[in-house]
Amino acid sequence: MIKAVMVINTQGKPRLAKFFEYLPLEKQQELIRNVFGVLCSRPENVSNFVEAESIFGPDSRLVYKHFATLYVIFVFDSSENELAMLDLIQVLVETLDRCFKNVCELDIVFNYSKIHTILDDIICGGQVLETRSTEIMRAVEEISKLEAAPNAITLIPKSSSGWLSR
Amino acid sequence: MSGPSLMDSLFQPSLEDLIKGLRQQLIGEQAFISKSLEEIRKEIKSTDLSTKSTALLKLSYLSNLHFQDMSFAAFPALEVLSSPRFSHKKIAYHAISLSFHDSTPVLLLITNHLRKDLNSTNEFEVSLSLQCLSRIANVDLARDLTPEVFALLSSNKFYVRKRAVAVVLRVFEKYPDSVRVCFKRLVENLENSDPQVLSAVVGVFSELACKDPRSYLPLAPEFYKILVDSKNNWISIKVLKIFSKLAPLEPRLAKRVVEPICDLMRNTGAKSLLFECIRTVVTSLSENESAVRLAVGKVREFLEDEDPNLKYLGLQALRIVAEKHLWAVSENKEVVIKSLSDADPNIKIESLRLVMAMVSEHNVSEISRVLVNYAIKSDPVFCNEILGSILSTCSRNLYEIIVDFDWYVSLLGEMSRIAHCQMGDEIENQLIDIGLRVKDVRPELVRVARDLLIDPALLGNSFLHGVLSGAAWASGEYVEFSRNPLELMEALLQPRTSLLPPPIRAIYIQAAFKVLVFCLHTCFMRGKSIAPSASLDNLPAGVSASASYESFDDFSVENGADVAVVHGQTCASAPITKESIVNILNMVELALGPLLGSHDVEVQERARNLLGFVDLTKPEILNSSIHEKRDSEGKRVESSKIIKLMHDAFSKELGPVSLSAQGKVSLPDGLVLKENLGDLEMICGDIEPPSSNSFSFGSPYEEEKDGLSFSNLQIRDDNEQSNESTSLLAAHRKRHGLYYLSSGKSEMISNDYPPASDHTLQGDINDNADDLVKLTAESLIPKRKPKHGKPRPVVVKLDEVDEKPVAMKQPESRDDSLSGAVRDVLFGSEDIPPTSSQSNLSNSSKRKGKEKQHTDPHTESKVSAVGDGNSSSRRRKDRSQGKERRHRSPRKKNDEERKDADQKEKKKSSGGRHKSRQRAEEPLKVPAQTPVIPDFLL
Repeated sequence: MIKAVMVINTQGKPRLAKFFEYLPLEKQQELIRNVFGVLCSRPENVSNFVEAESIFGPDSRLVYKHFATLYVIFVFDSSENELAMLDLIQVLVETLDRCFKNVCELDIVFNYSKIHTILDDIICGGQVLETRSTEIMRAVEEISKLEAAPNAITLIPKSSSGWLSR
Repeated sequence: MSGPSLMDSLFQPSLEDLIKGLRQQLIGEQAFISKSLEEIRKEIKSTDLSTKSTALLKLSYLSNLHFQDMSFAAFPALEVLSSPRFSHKKIAYHAISLSFHDSTPVLLLITNHLRKDLNSTNEFEVSLSLQCLSRIANVDLARDLTPEVFALLSSNKFYVRKRAVAVVLRVFEKYPDSVRVCFKRLVENLENSDPQVLSAVVGVFSELACKDPRSYLPLAPEFYKILVDSKNNWISIKVLKIFSKLAPLEPRLAKRVVEPICDLMRNTGAKSLLFECIRTVVTSLSENESAVRLAVGKVREFLEDEDPNLKYLGLQALRIVAEKHLWAVSENKEVVIKSLSDADPNIKIESLRLVMAMVSEHNVSEISRVLVNYAIKSDPVFCNEILGSILSTCSRNLYEIIVDFDWYVSLLGEMSRIAHCQMGDEIENQLIDIGLRVKDVRPELVRVARDLLIDPALLGNSFLHGVLSGAAWASGEYVEFSRNPLELMEALLQPRTSLLPPPIRAIYIQAAFKVLVFCLHTCFMRGKSIAPSASLDNLPAGVSASASYESFDDFSVENGADVAVVHGQTCASAPITKESIVNILNMVELALGPLLGSHDVEVQERARNLLGFVDLTKPEILNSSIHEKRDSEGKRVESSKIIKLMHDAFSKELGPVSLSAQGKVSLPDGLVLKENLGDLEMICGDIEPPSSNSFSFGSPYEEEKDGLSFSNLQIRDDNEQSNESTSLLAAHRKRHGLYYLSSGKSEMISNDYPPASDHTLQGDINDNADDLVKLTAESLIPKRKPKHGKPRPVVVKLDEVDEKPVAMKQPESRDDSLSGAVRDVLFGSEDIPPTSSQSNLSNSSKRKGKEKQHTDPHTESKVSAVGDGNSSSRRRKDRSQGKERRHRSPRKKNDEERKDADQKEKKKSSGGRHKSRQRAEEPLKVPAQTPVIPDFLL
C-alpha cells in the first residue's frame, strides 16, 4: 500500500503532505526534512528511486519526480509496483494540470483543499482507486458543486468556498 | 467569550488570506503563524458553523504544512461534522483525518456521525466518511461500523463500492471478526465487471496475501481467471503480486501460472507490468528454467535501456535472480561492472551488490583488490559503501569465504589507509575477532597492526581511531609474534598518541604494558638460562635470537601448554638487550608521567599501573646492569618473580565466548541465583556490563582481574566466588572443549600460504573492469574445491550463537487473529455436509458447482463420511482429523485459535468454501498415495 504522498518544493517547503497512517507531527516534519535532504543532493537525469528504508523503516520504497520547482514523492511498500507508482505520479500531475491549466507551484499553494480532494479521489486508505484523470476531474467537479451549493441557510456567502471554485 | 457577531464572520480571514499573509512575511513566518493560531482559537469557539469550519480549515492547513498542533480542535471538528452542509462536512472530515488517532479522547463520539454519513444517499458524503474511516478506524469503530461497510460492499454505485473495498482492509486489520461478515462479499467482488472495483478488490487481496498467503490459496481459481482475462495493467500487477505469494506454497499452481505470466511478459507493452512479471518469475517461479531464461532476457533489455529507472530495476531483478541462478549475473556482467561507475548512486550501489553476489572463495581476493582500487578513486560515500560491502561479505558466516587469512588481514590494513575510509569500527571488530578466532593468522595480524601503529599520520584521522585501538590491542595481546617488540613499544608510546580519545589511549597503555612485560620476561628468562655462558649485554643479534629459542624451550616446559604457541614463532626477534630495556623503561616514564594527572580515570589508572610496574622492576634492572649479574642474582629473584607472574597473566589466551556459554553451565549446589544482588551494585557498579558481542573483547578489565587473581594479590573478599567461577570455567571447558581454542599443537598448521595476493591487477579503472570481467568469468564456473589445496586455518566457531537468531524467528503473531478469521471463513465450518451447505449458501452455489466437478474423490469420501451422525460428533471427528492433517504444517499454533473461533461461529453458515481449501491442502500431504492428482486448483 501507499504510505505517504508528498509535494515539496526545491527550497524544502512542504506543499502537500499526506500520510496514510497516523504519524505525530514531529515525525512528519522529520520525514519530510529527511526526504528533502536526500532529494536535493541528487543530480539531474538519474533514476527516480531513492533508498527509503533508512528514512521510513523496513519495506518502504520511494519514487519521486522533479517538476520545475517541485518534487512529487510517493512512499509505498512492496505490494506496489515501482513503475506503476511513477505512472501514478504522472496521473496526479496530469490531473492537476487539467484542473489548473498549466499547473504551477502557486496553484498548489493556494488550492490546498482541492489538491486534497484530488488526491483522496485517487487514493483511499493507501489503495489506488482511480487512475483515469478524466474520471478524477469529473468527481472533483461534482464535489466542488456540492460544496458551493448551500443546502443550509447561511446569511453570509462565505469566502471559504470562494477560493475553492477558482 | 463574545458571541458570534456578524462582524466576526465578515472579517474572518479565509484560508486564502492566511496563505497570502504567510507568503508576504511582513512579520516573519513564525510570528504570523502564532498570530493566526490565536485568531483560530477564538474563531473556532464561535457558534456559527461557517466561522468554525473556516477556522478548522485554516488550522488543518497550518497543521498539515506547518506542523502546528491541532489536537485542541478535536471537539470543534466533531461539531462541524454535524453540519448539514457538505462543504462543512468535508472540512471536518479532512481535519479529523489529519489529526485523530487511537488515543484521541473524542474518537468514539464520531461513530454515529460516520454511520449517518455511511448511510447517506449522496455518494460523495459516503465516500468522505469511508475515506475518514480508512484513516482513523480503531477496534471499536471497525466493530461498530462493520454492518455499514458490509452493506456498501455491494453498493450499486461503484464510486462508493471501491472505497468500501479499500476500507475493508483497515476494518479487517483492526477487527478480524469482521472477516466473517464481509469476506464473502469481498470475494464476490472479484467477479465485478468494473475495472476500478476489481482493481481495488485485487489490491486488498494482495495486501492480505502478503501477510498470510496460505489462507488465500483456495481463491487461486478466481485469481487465475483475472490473470488470464484482465486487460488492465493495474489489476494484472496486483494479481501477479498475489501469485508471487501463492506460487511458492503450491507447486502445481506455480506450474499453472507460468504460461500466462510468460505470455504477458512477451506481449505486454507496459514496462511496469513487464517488470512485475519479471519479478514474479525470479522470486517465486525460479524453479522454472525456461521462464527464468525469458525473464533474464527481459532484464537484459532493461539493463541496456537508456532510462536509469529501468536499469536500476533491472539490476535489482538481477540481484534476486542471483540467489539461485548465478549464471544470469555472469551473462550480464559487463553491464553490471560498467554500472559501478554510473552517475546514479542507486545504480552504483546495486551493481556493487551484484558484484558482491559473485564473490566466492576462489575470486574473493581478486574482486576485493579491484574494488579497493575503485574505492580509492570514488567519492567518499560510495567508497565507504564499497568498503562496507567488502567487510560484510568477507566476514559473512564467520569468514566463510576467506581461505587466506594472512591476505585478508593485510587487506584490512590496506583498507584502513584509504583516504575516505570511515569503517574504522568495523575493521577494528574484525581485526580483534580474527585474532581471537584464527590462531594461525596472529603473526600476520601483529605485523599489520605494527604497520598501522608506527605510522604517525594515521593518528590524526579520527575515523581510524577504532582501527588503531584494534591494532594496539592485537599487538599487545599477541606480542610474542612480533619481530620487534621494542619498535612496537615506541609506536605505542609515541607523542602523537595524545591525539587519541582517552578510551583508546587507555588501550594503548595497556598494550604497552603487555609488550613491556613480554620484553622483560624474554630478557630475564634468557638471562637465567644462559647466564653462566655469556654476558647478556654483549650478545650479538643472531646469538640472542637463538638464545631466545632456548629460553622459550625452558619456559614452555615450565608453563605448560598455554605458551606452547610461542614456541618457534618468535623467530626473528630483534635482540632485547639490557640497554634497550632501560631505554624503554625511561621512555615509559617519560611518556606516561604526565598522564598521571589525566582527567580520564581510565587513562590515569592504566598509566599508574604501568608506572608502578616500572618502579618495581627498574631499580633492580639498573643494578644488575651495573654489577655483575651473578651478584645480583639473588635480588633479581624477586622482580623476576613479578615479571613472570605478570607474563603468565597476560599469556593466558583469550578466546571467543559463546553468548549462551553461561546457560550451559549447570547450576552447582548451594548457589542461589535468585538472591537479590542489589548490594553488589554498590560495590561494582562502575564495572561495565560485558560486551554483547559473541567474542570477548578482552577488555583491560578482564585482563587486570586475571592478573590479580593469578598473582594472588587479590584483596577483595570475593575470593571464593572467583575460585568458584574459575572451577566452573574449567568444568565448562572440559565438557564443551569443542568450543574452546584448543591449546594443543594439533592446530599448528604449517604456515605455507602463498604470499598475499600478488598485485598484478593494478591499473586504471577500465583495466580493472576488464580484469574483473575476465576473473568473474573464470570463477563463476562452478569449480569443485581443489582437494590438494592448502587447508583453511581453523576458525573458532560458536555454532549455537550463529544458529540462535534463525531458530528464534517466528511467524508474526500479529496477524494470527486475522488469518485465523479468514481461514474460518474459507474452510472453517468443515462439519457442514456438502448438501446442506449447498442449500444454505445459494450465493456461492454457482462457484461450488464449478468446484464440484474437480472434487478429489479422496476428499469427497472423507467429507461424506464425516457427514454421518449428529453434528456435534461430526464436528469432533472432523476436528481431530483436521488437526492430524495439519500436524506437520508450521501453522499449528493457529489451530487453537481457530478452534476457539469455531466454537463461537458454530451457527454461522459461511463455510461454503472450505472444501476447496481442503483440497488445496490435501495434495501437499498425500502426494505419494495418489500419484495422479486431478488439477483441482484451477
